[in-house]
Amino acid sequence: MHALFTVFGKEFLENLRDRRTLVSALLFGPLFGPLMFGFMVSRMLNQSVVESDEPLKLTISGGDHAPGLTQFLEAEGVKLTAAPLSESEARAAVRGGTAQVVLIIPDEYGLRFTAAAPAPVLLVADSADSQTRKIADRARTLLGSYASTIAQLRLQARGVNPLLAVPVAVNEVDVATPTGRAVVVLGFMTYFVLFAVLMGGLYLAIDSTAGERERGSLEALLSLPVARASLVGGKLLATCAYMCISLALSLTAFVCVLRVVPLEKLGMSGNLGPGTALIFFAICLPFVPLGAALMTFVASFTRSYREAQTYLTAVLLVPTLPIAFASIYSLKTRSSLMFIPSLSQHLLMTSVLKDEVVAGRDVWMSAAASLGLALVLIVLTARHWRRETMLG
Amino acid sequence: MIEATHLSKRFGDIEAVRDISFVARDGAITGILGANGAGKSTCLRMLYGVLTPDSGKACIDGIDIRGETSKARAHLGVLPHAAGLYANLTARENIQYFGSLQRVGGDLLSSRIAELSRVLGMESFIERRAKGFSQGQRIKVALARALIHDPGNIVLDEPTNGLDVMAIRNLREMLLALKAQGRCVLFSSHVMQEVAVLCDRVVIIGHGKVLADATVESIRQRSGAASLEEAFLQVLGDTEGVS
Repeated sequence: MHALFTVFGKEFLENLRDRRTLVSALLFGPLFGPLMFGFMVSRMLNQSVVESDEPLKLTISGGDHAPGLTQFLEAEGVKLTAAPLSESEARAAVRGGTAQVVLIIPDEYGLRFTAAAPAPVLLVADSADSQTRKIADRARTLLGSYASTIAQLRLQARGVNPLLAVPVAVNEVDVATPTGRAVVVLGFMTYFVLFAVLMGGLYLAIDSTAGERERGSLEALLSLPVARASLVGGKLLATCAYMCISLALSLTAFVCVLRVVPLEKLGMSGNLGPGTALIFFAICLPFVPLGAALMTFVASFTRSYREAQTYLTAVLLVPTLPIAFASIYSLKTRSSLMFIPSLSQHLLMTSVLKDEVVAGRDVWMSAAASLGLALVLIVLTARHWRRETMLG
Repeated sequence: MIEATHLSKRFGDIEAVRDISFVARDGAITGILGANGAGKSTCLRMLYGVLTPDSGKACIDGIDIRGETSKARAHLGVLPHAAGLYANLTARENIQYFGSLQRVGGDLLSSRIAELSRVLGMESFIERRAKGFSQGQRIKVALARALIHDPGNIVLDEPTNGLDVMAIRNLREMLLALKAQGRCVLFSSHVMQEVAVLCDRVVIIGHGKVLADATVESIRQRSGAASLEEAFLQVLGDTEGVS
């Protein structure tokens, strides 16, 4: 135990003096997620405001041919800008970005309209641009409702009940609760939290294994009358300590960011106060030794800093896989999934965010599975350190 | 005292060490001389127990390094071929770390560091971080690190590699001082003059086998050669890799 704490103390101190470790473990790792998240949510906020509150702007060409339509659009609050454009000019304008969506009313519109034949209009938009696609969608809906109004009037004029033309009435019921909708967004958050956990220990895992070998201090260390398990244990403990600090910083940053970002405007409730942050910390805690053991185990096989970095970058992506599966198949918290580390933490945190009741058994199973796997990896790492090949 | 008895080690198809036996006595400097790749490092690594011999035994002060590794190592100071330091720690912290792992603590540790710092001439840089140390300064810290627990036996793997003339002279004086204190000093080298000047006894290794094990003088007499260099060359059989 004495040796283990000596190794821990030395690794902790040495890395505290290393700028690279500090930047990645205590700055980039914990802050990248919250800042990115804040940025994403603010963007979504801006876009949804554009969608609902701002008046629709349309560039219209040949509006004189359809006075009824232009009157209808203006009555619906659409800001029309008249510009005489041919079809090819309109295409160029939309593609070049000088106009977002152009409505072209051809010369024959009036003639066909009075003849009760389908009167053509052209809606020019770029569907690859999410912003103009939304404008085009709104324009299409308005044009549709104008068309059905005219259709009903024509049927009525001919003595036919216009309701005959409406065989099905669709009523949508959206059951998403404010918190439920927020979860789609906050789902990113759980990955950022796990990412911060791993980033916190990344450089320590490399420095205490491949780094030790590259700098030539490993053989002297292995020649000491100290059990290899104590060496590995001390190194893992230091890695875990940095990971916990990174986790705490990341959660604190999230709490701060969510204070500033007005989630309520999106119809979501934030529900991430200091109390929830503490629960998150507890949920993620068993993931810490697992991440530390996994990174140390992988790094122990590498010959150099560079090689270790290459492999550990891949390890950073491992926790994304279960989370990605979870969102593709929209998995919900259930006991059978608690055996999968990173997925279980993701589901538990999501449940807490949704204000769902979390079963104590699920929490224990998640912790036990992560710690169990961590133990296996620790034993494998210690065993590898006892091998001659460790010398390299 | 360090004893190697019938040590053998193979890596795949390569027989790195074949049936090597020798004794390095207390109060004497024993040199292992051989070309690069002759098996010197493999042999020493088995002595300090980071490699397991396929057959044979290594003992430090009569304690089997495989049987009671920790106990045997407490009697042994090691300066491996790669003797890197922790760049973000000061010289003192580097030595303290190893001292603490050797279970030297408290006042004893500080007085040992003070003494080694004086003997090795480290006072000017003992509180500096190891980043940017010269090769000579690094070797001194690594040697202090190996001697912190006051071991009766010291093993050094090519300690003069990369050192300038002054640093080599310093190291030579340190090894002689350790010998005068009655310790057993065992070091490997591929530099003939170094071995000839320092050693009481020389073990010449070639292709993993002991070619000669005697005092420098008796090797010279036996071969009938005029100079030591001639004598070494005769024993080695070829000059490849020995300077």
